[in-house]
This record gives sequence, structure tokens and C-alpha cells, in this order.
Amino acid sequence: MGWLGRTINSSIGKKFIMAFTGISLILFLLFHLAGNLTLYAGKDAFNAYVATLDTVKPIVRIVEVGLALVFLFHIFNGIKLWIENKKARPVNYAVNGSSKNSTFYSRTMIHSGSIILIFLILHLTTFWATFNFTGHPVDGSHEYFDIIIYFFQKWWYALIYFIAMILLGFHLNHGFQSAFQTFGWNHNKYFPMIQKIGSIYAIVVAVGFGSLPVYFYLSSVLGGN
Amino acid sequence: MDEKNLNLTLKIWRQAGPTSVGSFQDFKVSVSEDSSILEMIDDLNNELEGDGKEPVTFESDCREGICGTCGLVINGQPHGPIPKIATCQLHMRNFKNGDTIWIEPFRAKAFPIIKDLMVDRSGFDRIMESGGYVSVNTGGVPDANEIPISKDVAAEAFDAAACIGCGACVAACKNASAMLFVSAKVSQFSLLPQGQPERYDRVQKMVMKMDEMGFGSCTNTYACEAECPKGISIKNIARMNRDYIKARATSENLEV
Repeated sequence: MGWLGRTINSSIGKKFIMAFTGISLILFLLFHLAGNLTLYAGKDAFNAYVATLDTVKPIVRIVEVGLALVFLFHIFNGIKLWIENKKARPVNYAVNGSSKNSTFYSRTMIHSGSIILIFLILHLTTFWATFNFTGHPVDGSHEYFDIIIYFFQKWWYALIYFIAMILLGFHLNHGFQSAFQTFGWNHNKYFPMIQKIGSIYAIVVAVGFGSLPVYFYLSSVLGGN
Repeated sequence: MDEKNLNLTLKIWRQAGPTSVGSFQDFKVSVSEDSSILEMIDDLNNELEGDGKEPVTFESDCREGICGTCGLVINGQPHGPIPKIATCQLHMRNFKNGDTIWIEPFRAKAFPIIKDLMVDRSGFDRIMESGGYVSVNTGGVPDANEIPISKDVAAEAFDAAACIGCGACVAACKNASAMLFVSAKVSQFSLLPQGQPERYDRVQKMVMKMDEMGFGSCTNTYACEAECPKGISIKNIARMNRDYIKARATSENLEV
């Protein structure tokens, strides 16, 4: 293995990959959320937003390939680290005292991450696939807003979405500040700020995305729209 | 003297040797509030030896919290429930009458159990040998304050150097990572002028050795900082990450 391979495979190198891909995904989520919130502005606003994205389709496709790679690196590396770290302690303690020295969010990254991965697969096979290729599951039309309504009026679909978004918030609450610590940007003045911004960001993302299935499911039940 | 005794149930990890299968053994003890936890095990061992039984093996040396030899996991926490103390400084007044106390060894692949509560922490020595020093040519004794160092920097380096190498960070970490220990040892040199010539070589060699010894990776849970008897800051880990990546990117040395 050359110096680059040894760097990437070192413990700190793997941390850096997690942090770098994590920050990239954090930025992506912000753009994604901004777009999704047009759903609250109604059918025309959302369809216009998707239509705007369609006009720059080649760029969107390039970004998607980049995103896929970032996701795969983050997921693959995360699972690899989890397995390696399990092996570093072959016998567990009889009494688990971890709640006294660390946060719940920091200890459950693999669990929140795994559920987000399941969600991601569901998300891609439903919204992404219908938007880009197959169209509305009933009539194959590309009425984007109607596709959203179609899925979110299923209670189980809305529930999975909601739960996954809460766990995404947990994941981000630890991940945001953790990335900065990994980059070595821990400073008396700025790190407490970064931790607060991370928590606010996590809440904004969880509430922003998580409120959509709740809103559309409830409107369908209560006969809105 | 008005001395109150506590009646406690101890569940102590017993393991005959490195490859033996261990298990918890129960002991009922009556112990003074003023006793330290190690004195309590000393008393227990006296009784066991008196009965012709095998005493509980554990490590200790200075018994004043500065040597880093003692290290037990008490109710799931390295060095017990009180922050910023070593196991030897933990007194029984911190427990209540009737309590059950679980006493386990540090558990990590890189810290194999030798016997009972005693683990082999020589992995730390291997890391120190790989770069935890400053190469100085011998000569006359240097004058005091010959090299100007600001008070803030000296204090920060001293805080890092306060690490006693006990291994509680590894024991506390859910990944059995040694990042807090190694980062403290890297920082105590990289902050000072004397450490500069070998700064980037040192961090690469020590991290490489740390990975080789089978310690896990850091996932920033900060359990290490919470359990460290000397309060070593995770800022040292950030500093080491910085130094390491800079060293990997810029070092001309292709061997490490």
C-alpha cells in the first residue's frame, strides 16, 4: 500500500472520510430541504420548483452521481468502522456505564444511520424513481405534487418517513460537531458555537422534513387539499 | 472514633490466566466508609489468603492518583463514578449500605487480561517507543528560560503532559480507542519549541503504532474526557488530527 492508501486506511484517515462526506451530505440536505419546503406553498409552487430543476437536468445528473459516491463512501466506511471498532473490544462490560460519560446520539450513530439507509432505499425507489422515470404509480403522469400526495396519504409510508427524519436529526446532532472535531477545529471560542449550530441544524432538518408527511397525511385524513 | 461500616456485595471478575474463561465471583464484605476501594480489596485478599484461597489480582502502586497503575472498571465506569480521580482515590463513602458493586478489568483487545483485574497495557509503551520522546543531544545543562515560551502555551502543554497513561480512556471508549492518550502524548511535545523538529514525524509514527496495536477508531463520543482521572481535554485529539493530516499531506517521508 502506498502512502495515500495508508493514510486513508489509518484510523484518523477513516475519521476524515466520515467527516468530509458527512459535511458534504449536511450541505446537500440544506438544499434538499429548501426545495421541499415549497410543498407548503402549494401545488403550483412545488411543480414550478421541480420544473426549474428539470431545465438543468444534466447538472442535476452530475450532482446525483457525486452524491451517490459520497453516500456510498459514508455508508461503507461507517459500517467498516463499526465492525472494526466492535473487534477492538471483543468482551463487553457486564455493567454498561456509557450513559454516564457520553450522549445517546453519539453512541447510536450506527443505529440511526442504518435506519436512515433503509429510509434512503425506500425514498429512492418511491419518490426519486417516480419523479425521474416511472411517473405516478396510478396513471404514470408526471404531476409531481400528486405523486407526493399519493405516497404521503398512506399512513405507514408517512410514519416511516417521520421516524426516519427524527433519527436523521439524532444522527446530525452528533455528526455536525463531530466533523469539526475530526477536522481539528476545536477551539475554546468557536466549538461551543459549532455544537449549538449543529443542534439547531439537526432540529431544523428533522422538523422541516419530518413535518411534511405529518402535514400531508393529516390533510388527506381530514379531507384537506 | 465513630466509624460506620457498610455491608456490600462485590461482584469481582476472576480469570485464572490470559486464555482462561473468566466469570464474576460474589463476595460479601463489611467495610469502613473511610476505606479506599483498593484497601477494601486488600482486606478481602487478607481474608482469602487466610482461608488458603487465591487472592484477587489487581494492580496499584503510588495509591495517590499520580502513577496510573491502578485501573478498575467500577459499575461500568473506569476509576468509578467520581470524576477526575484514579481508582485508588475512590473511597467507600461514595457508596451506600447494601450496594452491589461490579468490579471489572479494563476491556480491550489491545489490553489483554493477565489475571483477574490485571491487564497488559504495554501497548501504550510500544506507542511511546515509536515516537513519544524528544531527541536531544546531550551537553551542558541549559539555562532556565533560555527558550521563551508563553505561559498559556506552557500551561496547555503541561495539561497534556498530566496524562498518567492509565488507559481509562481506552476502557471508557465504546471503540476501545487510544486517541486521548496518544493525542496527549503528541500534544505535550507539539506545543513546545523543543518538540518541533520531530513534530510531524512523531505524530505519523505514533498513530501508525496505535492502529497496529489493535485499538479502535475515535467516533467523538468524548467518553474518554469524561472518565479521564486527569481531565485531559479532547482538544488534544483535535490537535493530533490536524497535525496528522498535515503531516500525511506534506511530509517527504514515503516510508511511514
